[in-house]
Formats: sequence, structure tokens, C-alpha cells
Amino acid sequence: MPKTKTTNPTDLTLTEARDALQSKSLSSVDLTRAHLEAIAAGNEQLNAFIEVTLEKALAMAEESDARIGRGEARPLEGVPLGIKDLFCTRDVHSTACSNILKGFQPPYESTVTQKLWDSGAVMLGKLNMDEFAMGSSNESSARGPCVNPWRAKGKRKKLVPGGSSGGSAAAVAARFCLGATASDTGGSIRQPAALTGTVGVKPTYGRCSRWGMVAFASSLDQAGVITRTVKDSAILLREICGHDPKDSTSAPVDVPDFEAALDETVKGLRVGVPKEYRLDGMSAEMVALWEKGIEWFRDAGAEIKEVSLPHMRYALPAYYIIAPAEASSNLARYDGVRYGLRVDGNDLIDMYERTRAEGFGAEVKRRILMGTYVLSAGYYDAYYLKAQKVRTLIKQDFDTAFEDVDVMLTPTTPGPAFGINEKQDPVEMYLNDIFTVPINMAGLPGLSVPAGLTESGLPLGLQLIGRPYDEATMLRAGQVIEDAAGMFPAPRNWWAKSKA
Amino acid sequence: MQIDEATVRHIARLARIKIGKQEAANLERELTAILDWVDQLGEVDTENVAPLTRIGDLTLPWRTDEVTAGGCQDDILRNAPMTEDGFFVVPKVVE
Repeated sequence: MPKTKTTNPTDLTLTEARDALQSKSLSSVDLTRAHLEAIAAGNEQLNAFIEVTLEKALAMAEESDARIGRGEARPLEGVPLGIKDLFCTRDVHSTACSNILKGFQPPYESTVTQKLWDSGAVMLGKLNMDEFAMGSSNESSARGPCVNPWRAKGKRKKLVPGGSSGGSAAAVAARFCLGATASDTGGSIRQPAALTGTVGVKPTYGRCSRWGMVAFASSLDQAGVITRTVKDSAILLREICGHDPKDSTSAPVDVPDFEAALDETVKGLRVGVPKEYRLDGMSAEMVALWEKGIEWFRDAGAEIKEVSLPHMRYALPAYYIIAPAEASSNLARYDGVRYGLRVDGNDLIDMYERTRAEGFGAEVKRRILMGTYVLSAGYYDAYYLKAQKVRTLIKQDFDTAFEDVDVMLTPTTPGPAFGINEKQDPVEMYLNDIFTVPINMAGLPGLSVPAGLTESGLPLGLQLIGRPYDEATMLRAGQVIEDAAGMFPAPRNWWAKSKA
Repeated sequence: MQIDEATVRHIARLARIKIGKQEAANLERELTAILDWVDQLGEVDTENVAPLTRIGDLTLPWRTDEVTAGGCQDDILRNAPMTEDGFFVVPKVVE
């Protein structure tokens, strides 16, 4: 008999793997082992996982197989996932990739991860990220930069995977896990998804509980997911959303079946194209891809409408007042007293100052100081209050635009992945999030879908923006892009050590 | 807005972060550049605009005033750098 070609289980999408598990044609232990082997072979090069919970993963997989055997499978039974180190996981190292939390093992579980385990998912380990989620390249991690599995055609130069959820994006693109949790304060899910050819969803502010997520800027932070397909995201998203009494900003809103919503047509859907997103100096390739995206929607029977967001250009500077202000206040808790690093000093104040000087990296210090400055006496009105007023105008722009359209289509990033150490200037780095930040400022849901490759062979994403709590329409629109652009393979496995 | 070294030192003190000479010089330059860039917000007319204080139209929930967690002293102390007899230990605060 001719040998049938055996596919590696890591090549399955989350949807395919879930279906194979539930039909018992694949065991969770085999699936989990395959992913652990992929991590063992390639993580040294990519630095996506900073902690692999091997024994826990196998124990969870065995438990899942037993449940499937008993006919008690839950929605994500046996599906191996990676968890951004921002999410507190009980008894498992959770540090937001900061030295100030080195060795921290929370005695509690974040609501988002608890919901995943309650749905049967398997934890492979913790994923790399920018320290305290502050960054757009994953270079500010105390555990070293994470590397993008993508390289430009014929080049060996190491590229960033984007940030702050760089580890999540790289791990999903490299097939180290079927999906990953991520978080997005100003674009930290969508920007790395775009740079690695993966799908990233930031749901509406309040959709997911922030309880047990290490806080960066509380009025902007939101949990979400990175996967390889839109459907995979819809499946994971359904499990992590929902009201949580432990987070007073969590919304008591019903969670629809996002997966089922993907089957509906987009005929007659009104797709808005915000004219202010046409920035001078945006690469011709990005402009062309955006045009192509508009054509895809026309072909699918959607109606394209130009909309205006007059204050869009002020979103980024306002964000770099509000986010550091909230960060300076949230990060005041790291003082060397109750948990984490302590550096001894001459007195209590000296201990605080030495601990925080040694525990925080350069970008985090810069933002804490910026935040302290804009909140300090004499500057509060000029900076912080002004930025919050501008934020009102940004939100009003979106409210007005959404009277005429159901969803908006924009580029996710100004360009493709850049080289490690290439961007040194903070303002230049901040400009990466110019297209994603306005969505956080208005609390809206956003999605990045891989849409094409540059001339040099690097992925670019298109962003969809939804109405509050209308992730279903946004995902349905995302399916149009994926259907037209096709699923993205990662470049052939240069990162894996050859098997002995 | 030009930030000088004295201002950098003042805000570092407020933020409880010790900074060295070279670090102060870098921060002087970087914070000035960031503030110059955010100064473009001055172009926006915000007269009669209320600041955004919460996102989404949620009113904050109420609950009865009762203990919902507690009795977990060991959990609370277990990541502490230094403890004694069930307390956090810090350098002497008062003489």
C-alpha cells in the first residue's frame, strides 16, 4: 500500500484541529506534543516563548483526551495555546517581561485565561512581549527581543515581529501554537498581527475582563487574540468575552456566536473608507493594497462610502499623553515592598528609587516620567485635560461616521516589519501605531487581516474597525479579505534546528 | 516645551526613580522631543468640549458592602521580598 502523506498536526488551523479532536481523529496529547517539539526546535532562534510549561501542557492534554473519550468535550477541548506574559496565570511565572516582576508567581488566574481553561484549552507556556506592553517592536522586553519568522526575500536580516504582542504573533506565525492571547492598548495586537501575516482581534473596550491582566493604561487596555485565520479568532474570542463582576469596566453584554456570524453575506454592507487615513508619505504598496481591499468588498457586494474622521491626526499625540499618565499611576504599585524585585537602600525612599531604577527598562522609565510630568501640578490642564478633551472629539468623529457605515477599512500599519535595532528614536517608533491608536481612544473593536505581500515578500495587513460590541460584523467583513487574499504560510522554517 | 535637567530630576523624584547623569541627559533630550511633538494638540479648539472620562456608556456597578475575598494571608505574602510574622518588612520609616 502506498504511504499516505502524513501532515504535521502543527499545520492544522485551530478550527481544523478542534474538529479533528472532537471527532477523535487526533488526540490532544499528540497535538500538544507536536507543538512542544516545534517550540523545542525553533524557539532558540525566535525567542517567542519565554517559559514553556511542558508538564502542565501534557497533563492538561491528557485530561482533555479523557473528557473527549467520555463525551464531555468543551468548546476548546484539547486545543494548545500560548499565553502572553501579561496575563497572570496561577502558580506560573507572570512578569509582563519586566525585571521588576522577575520570578513572580501569581496566586490567582486572570479571568481571560481562566475562561480558556474552563473551555478545555491547553497551556503551552508564556509568550514574549514588550515590557509592560510598552512598545511596537518587542525590543523592550527584559527577556530579549523576539524575532519575526518572516524575512525579506533572499535576506537573512532579523526583523521585529511588532509589539507589544510580538511573542504571540511570532509564535502563531511559526506554528508554535494554534492561537494566542494578546493585549492591545494602542495597537499591540493588530500591529504585530499585520507584521507577521496573522489575524489579530482587539474587541470592544469592556468586552473582555481586564482582571488579572497586568495593567498598562486602564482606559485603553483590552485583551484579544492572535490566530492564523479569521474563523480561528472568532472561535477563541467567543470563549474569552463576557461580563466579569471582578472588573467594574467589564460590559454586561451578551456574547454572540462569532463563528456562526461568519457565514452571513456582506451584500449591502456599508464599508467606510476614512479619507484622513490617506497620509502623505505612506508607501505606494500600502496604498495599492488598500485599494485592492476596497475592490474586494465591492466584488462581494458591499457598498463603499468615504467617511471623515477630522481629528484622527491628533489621536497619536493625545495617546502619548493619556497612556503614559495612566501608566505612571498603574506602575506606582511596583515599589519593592509586596512583590517583585527589591534593591536595598539607605531608607524607604531610597529603596523605592533604587528598586524602580533597576527594575524598569528605558522605555518604561521614559513613559512613567512622561506620565508623571503631564499629571504634575501646573501641567495637568495643559496636557492631560487637553488630551482627554481631544479624545472626546475623536470619539465623536467615530460616532458620526458610524451613522453612515457598518464597518471601516484602513491599513493596519504604515509599512512592513523593520529590522531589529533599526528604529532608535521614540517618536519614530510611536508612529507605527498611527492607524491603530484612534480605535483604542474611542474604545472600538479592531481587526487586522493579512492582505498581501510587499515586493520584498513581507506581509501587510488591512484593518477593519467595528461599531461598539459589533465584533460579529467586523469579523464577517474580515472573512472577505481572507477569502480574497488567501491564508498566509510562514516562510519555510529557517528557524528550526534540523532533527537529529 | 524645553525640559531641563532640573525638571527631569524633579519628576524622577516624584516618580521615585533614581536616575544617573547620562540618563538624565538622554531623558532631557527625549522628553523634550516628545513634548514638542504632542504640542500640536494646541491646534485643536477644545473650548466647550468636555473631557472624556469613561469609554462606553456604562455606569459603574454597585454591590453590597461585604467582604468577597480574604483569608488568604499566605497568598498575599508569598511573592514578597521580605516578611516576618505575617507582615511585609520595610526599612525603618520612623525613628
